[in-house]
Amino acid sequence: MRYVYLDNNGTTRMADEVIAFMHSCDELYGNASSMHTLGRQAAAGIEWARSEIAKLLSSDADDVYFTSGASESNNMVLNIFRDRADAGDSRNRIIISTVEHPATIETAKYFVSKGYHVDQCPVDSIGRLRLDVLESMMGDDVALVSVMTGNNESGTIQPVKEAARIAHEHGAYFHTDATQAIGKIPVSVEDIGADYLSLSGHKFYGPKGVGVLYAKHGVPLYPFVHGGHQEKGMRAGTYNNQAIYGIGKAAELARENLEEEHRMLWQMREALRRGIETRIPDVVVNGSNDESLCLPGTLNMSFPSAEGESILLYLDLEGIEVSTGSACATGSLEPSYVLLAAGLDVELAHGSIRFSFGRYNTMDDVDYVLEKLPPIIEKVRSMSTRKV
Amino acid sequence: MAESFMAQWVYTDTVKDHFINPRNLWKEGEDFVPDGVGEVGSLACGDQMRVGIKVSDGRITDLRWLTYGCASAIASTSMMSEMAIGMTLEEAYHLTPSMITDALGGLPEHKFHCSVLGDKALRAAIDDYLEKNGMDNPYKGSTARIICECKGVTDHMIEELVKSSKVSTFEELQKETGCATACGKCRERIMEELNECLHIYGK
Repeated sequence: MRYVYLDNNGTTRMADEVIAFMHSCDELYGNASSMHTLGRQAAAGIEWARSEIAKLLSSDADDVYFTSGASESNNMVLNIFRDRADAGDSRNRIIISTVEHPATIETAKYFVSKGYHVDQCPVDSIGRLRLDVLESMMGDDVALVSVMTGNNESGTIQPVKEAARIAHEHGAYFHTDATQAIGKIPVSVEDIGADYLSLSGHKFYGPKGVGVLYAKHGVPLYPFVHGGHQEKGMRAGTYNNQAIYGIGKAAELARENLEEEHRMLWQMREALRRGIETRIPDVVVNGSNDESLCLPGTLNMSFPSAEGESILLYLDLEGIEVSTGSACATGSLEPSYVLLAAGLDVELAHGSIRFSFGRYNTMDDVDYVLEKLPPIIEKVRSMSTRKV
Repeated sequence: MAESFMAQWVYTDTVKDHFINPRNLWKEGEDFVPDGVGEVGSLACGDQMRVGIKVSDGRITDLRWLTYGCASAIASTSMMSEMAIGMTLEEAYHLTPSMITDALGGLPEHKFHCSVLGDKALRAAIDDYLEKNGMDNPYKGSTARIICECKGVTDHMIEELVKSSKVSTFEELQKETGCATACGKCRERIMEELNECLHIYGK
């Protein structure tokens, strides 16, 4: 059976170059904190990886901290400001967007349950942050504003530069979760004006279980994982050498391939969108079709009167792997909060399918989906109590 | 090595079979004139189904269904349709979600409440049939479970009150039925039942 992986926003296959490079470092098993030769060699590899991340983000290598992934990085940032609120800082409010990744939104909800102040800034109909509302929500009590660079579900690119400016004008720090944007659009901490930035290796052809927190020199920074002295005492735990070499290599590839990757992903995304719109009646694109407002590999569409989990599983039987915003697929009872936040109605959110492309997809994959998807939608719709 | 990690399908083989080949689907343009029709579910929870039945001599002789829902909703309604055809109205009225899920070889816990609505749609269709024909409904209430023993409040009473929009909060339910006002030990189960009904009927 043919196998078409279109869930690259979920995770990516490691690049061949990354796998080869990690294997070439098999001998570097030393504890990078050790003083002996093998330890120092392992540490040199880690510093190389750090410099590659720094180049990718246009940052200073000293401001790059390795973590287990963006979930940890996001938790680390939010907890800095929880600690400061505990210490009696008058800036004790955090503002996040309504479409942040669960690693931010669930952490924020947990804080609220403990009595901390977190507010959510709404988005417009394509899922883009309402800067006017953000401005009106600001005040002297705001410590941190956190807005993702690009959304994992809709692909919508956020106005992070403007959000950072607003945060700074009001004396707050700015954090962006750039996990989905890395390797797809240019991400420069300098250009954005970010004080903190999170990313994960496995979203851009690197290994799982490794990520980065960028924290600009001089901003508040406290450890979230306590223990040894690794990462200047900011993140304890023996270095995950191989994974760090892998994310370093992935960062190098991302920087070198950025333009070509963007062009290729957008081409496949648009071919699929146009093909679906031509072949299937009554479909809705969630997010934007403007290249400057959408991550290039993400296509999120709703198929009214057809439910997402059913579509996903019929596609899976044909070897096509996608994700859905339907509640059924998540185990919760609510459909995608990201799509609902953009004002999508419940039925459309249940019927949403996300196709996300990566470097190992081809135009043949697009053709295969265009062959298999229309009869599936027709079948699901023919069974439905809802009629389009 | 990697080849030895076999991916299990999300559901049982029986569910998969009914999902791929749903039985007794109500096809568009089909010459099927139902004697009774029932519909339950809501878009809020992402599952909605409609069941049409043909009745002869107190037996269900044929059945068609439609569903807007996930794979387990499709499979459980399909399975229900196979079980119900040939049953007497009384037997059909007493079909339960667990009889359907058992026949499917089980469903994940979180799918049980939201996707197994076929039995409820079937009961609604039987109610409709009896009402249309001016017949007494000897079954209504016969499947009820008492939840509040002190005040004699049943799951069906709660379902009816939610369905007819008379009740949408715990406080309103208490006012209407007096449930959980005496010993109060049923409070949690009342809440569960109320939440499930609110969920299904989307009020």
